[in-house]
Amino acid sequence: MESETKSHVDQLKSPTGYPVAVLRFSGDISSTSKEAVLGTYEALPRETTKLILLDFTKVDYINSSGIALVIQLLIQAAHSGQTVCAFGLSAHFTKVFTMVGITKYARLFPSETEALAAL
Amino acid sequence: MSDPKTTTVEVRLPTKMGYEKVAMSTAASVAKLMGFPEDRIEDLKTAVAEACINAIEHGNRLNEKLSVGVVLRADNDALEVKVLDDGRGIKSQPVKPDIDRKMHGDEDPRGMGMFLIQALVDEAEWVTGSDGKSSYVRLLIKLNKQAA
Repeated sequence: MESETKSHVDQLKSPTGYPVAVLRFSGDISSTSKEAVLGTYEALPRETTKLILLDFTKVDYINSSGIALVIQLLIQAAHSGQTVCAFGLSAHFTKVFTMVGITKYARLFPSETEALAAL
Repeated sequence: MSDPKTTTVEVRLPTKMGYEKVAMSTAASVAKLMGFPEDRIEDLKTAVAEACINAIEHGNRLNEKLSVGVVLRADNDALEVKVLDDGRGIKSQPVKPDIDRKMHGDEDPRGMGMFLIQALVDEAEWVTGSDGKSSYVRLLIKLNKQAA
């Protein structure tokens, strides 16, 4: 019944030339998404990955367990001195992420272009 | 005797994670028929999903021999949703998550479902059945209210 979470990483550069790892998710983000969210993040090389974008463009459903995985990612990123931003959330999930306080630790942008430009 | 202005829809879900999406879709369809705007339907979908997840995970404790009842009652100006399980209900009311405490490891990153339910609908109450062997959460979303 749950739509499996898929994820992959694209290595890009910001307009100012900084390397950016973009974690692109698709499907649902729920309690079964640990490997897709945290596993994909943890596979990034910590020493060279300082800017991370989370792409939610192809995600339709995020529940509270999925939000908790995003928070766990943010905790690890904070400990590693990494900056995390996100883009592609629907208006509803932008509101939900704001309500639970995620925006204090990860800026949200409507599009990839705007997110890259802000890094 | 049932009120002719009230329409009732009932769904019975298996106690399996993921089936909350059936309740979400049903609630969204009913809300759309009632004329709710899209943003309020999204609020309702998340609240119903979280209520069902709580019922599956905590109420029925993932026991697949049990089921989760979802009863939607639509009238002229509001949609009421009851999500019923075989648990003993909750001991405490929902608290607003503290992101700073979560980030510093002082609070579990999980545990936001009840907060989201309460924040996204107009009324939410958690009720323990008189027999002590069942409970339900009752949500109410009003047609004439603006988004939360």
